[in-house]
Amino acid sequence: MWYAAVAAGSFRRYATYQMATVAGVFTNTVFGFIVAFTYLALWHERPHLGGYDQAQALTFVWTGQALLATAALMGGGLDELQERIRSGDIAVDLYRPADLQLWWLSADLGRAGLQLLGRGVVPMAVGALAFPLALPGDPLTWGCFLLSVLCGVVVSFALRYLVALASFWLLDGSGLALISGLAGMFFSGMLLPLRVFPGGLGEVAQLLPWAAVLQTPADVLVGALRGGALVRGLVFQAAWAVGLLALGRLVQSAATRKVVVHGG
Amino acid sequence: MTGRARDDEGADAVDEAEQLIEVDGVEKVFTVRRRAGRLRRVREEVRAVDGISFRVARGEMVGYIGPNGAGKSTTIKMLTGILVPSGGRLRVAGIDPAQQRTRLARRIGVVFGQRTTLWWDLPLKDSYELVRRMYRIPDAAYRAHLERCVELLDLAPLLDVPVRQLSLGQRMRGDIAAALLPDPEVLYLDEPTIGLDVVSKAKVRGFLREVNAERGTTVLLTTHDLTDIEQLCRRVMVIDHGRLVYDGGLDGLRAAGGGERTLVVDLERELPPIEGVPGARTVRVDGPRQWLAFPASQSAAPLVAAVAAGYPLVDLSVREPDIESLIAELYAGGGMRADAAGAGGKDGRAL
Ligand SMILES: Nc1ncnc2c1ncn2[C@@H]1O[C@H](COP(=O)(O)OP(=O)(O)OP(=O)(O)O)[C@@H](O)[C@H]1O
Ligand SMILES: [Mg+2]
Repeated sequence: MWYAAVAAGSFRRYATYQMATVAGVFTNTVFGFIVAFTYLALWHERPHLGGYDQAQALTFVWTGQALLATAALMGGGLDELQERIRSGDIAVDLYRPADLQLWWLSADLGRAGLQLLGRGVVPMAVGALAFPLALPGDPLTWGCFLLSVLCGVVVSFALRYLVALASFWLLDGSGLALISGLAGMFFSGMLLPLRVFPGGLGEVAQLLPWAAVLQTPADVLVGALRGGALVRGLVFQAAWAVGLLALGRLVQSAATRKVVVHGG
Repeated sequence: MTGRARDDEGADAVDEAEQLIEVDGVEKVFTVRRRAGRLRRVREEVRAVDGISFRVARGEMVGYIGPNGAGKSTTIKMLTGILVPSGGRLRVAGIDPAQQRTRLARRIGVVFGQRTTLWWDLPLKDSYELVRRMYRIPDAAYRAHLERCVELLDLAPLLDVPVRQLSLGQRMRGDIAAALLPDPEVLYLDEPTIGLDVVSKAKVRGFLREVNAERGTTVLLTTHDLTDIEQLCRRVMVIDHGRLVYDGGLDGLRAAGGGERTLVVDLERELPPIEGVPGARTVRVDGPRQWLAFPASQSAAPLVAAVAAGYPLVDLSVREPDIESLIAELYAGGGMRADAAGAGGKDGRAL
């Protein structure tokens, strides 16, 4: 599959942004400390909030920081696509013997891979040194976590791809990008684990696609999902991934039709 | 500069060759919504391409010119399949581009001067490596094509440079090479020399000539630089307001436009307007310099001789009519003048 070359190229491309990576690691680590101390205070008052003990809650915090860039929780990662749509350059991409969605998915996976290594590992390691984290000891759980992260990145991509495609119809897509970024922060569990949300809101939030981006992988890592629940978690992610990618294809073909018939 | 003499034998051979591009009565109508008053919006039709027909034989190199907004880019987009015609019939290598865009994509190369397909943040060679995989170019062929591109377009020092650091002319050369790596049968170039300096233009032209001669690649190129056409194309098509107003040789175009050439002479001293030179009239006098207009189809030699015989001639030059005024005249005149069409050569057709 030559799309692997697209992913590899994208990986190399993000590797050239060394300053951004260093700055990102610094920010993630600082925020990790701020949120970790907030959680410590919270869990001191309300132990076992949302069913997590203190170590699990802290692990959740650092997982969120590690995946913030990887899963592009605040949006981004597809700015170039959005820019190509806005400028009309996207038309030239259409005559290449390549599928637009697969192309950008590959590129986004390459980006996510680099950012997991570049911006994920260090904050997680710092967190583990500074706090007592509930990290799994067995490789199987780590493997499931990585699989879950992969699914989460695909769901995140599928959502951001839809947002980017909206630029075909909207003159200015930045408003939509902002809203979806905020939704991503809130409904992924980045601010607070979704299980902590009270009543109906928490239950609904856990069914939304954003939950598949962070809540599920984090639950896998902290051991909140085991056995059958873990399998159900992965299926939940895969279902959203497939559903949203399919929706993306539908919108993509409408966008393509718009370009080839109406000239953009 | 003199117009390139047409090689009529060559033209005959081309006539018999396979028709690679067939365009029959193709139209493209855009619907645009325009504001009329506060809330009301009216739909308007823009006939970007208004029923054009032409054929391009395999191995031909054709110039496609016309003023801004004439419909050149729209035509090229339809030929690549990224724009569906509103009417008419279109075939490239027997394929309907809009129906089978991806299948056709493997056989054509496209360069839009204003847009790039290269990977912005990565070294040029990474983009080429990707092209190799995307088009599944066999290793040996890839190496040979890359070597040729690198040599002719002088890309060797640029291969490791990130595309974003390339100058416009370097990037354009990079884009042209990327389009040619898969060794396409047809190459469409939409303003490949826009914004390039003289040296870069010369490199690009030399490369295109070479590719056309060596690989037999069919080339259709739009440009606002008549020199591109003069140096590369035996045949030129002129489009204006979506209609083809000329299709034929470059010399024919000069005659067809009723274009006049200008003989500029520097005399020893200021003199009254030159008179008595058959076929020419003096259109301007500025000190010792005088401008004489004469029909584009006529040779300048007898004029020069006549002037030199009667006046103290110091220096002289001949100016060709520029493309913009030619096109303007063509259109204002409602197409070609019948008499000029005859003078334009046998493959110059009034349209
Ligand atoms: N997507 C579109 N929607 C509406 N009108 C369009 C669209 N694309 C082109 N047009 C119109 O069609 C006409 C032809 O445009 P085109 O881009 O083909 O011109 P061109 O010959 O390439 O000009 P230039 O030399 O400026 O590049 C213009 O009047 C343009 O405004
Ligand atoms: Mg154009």
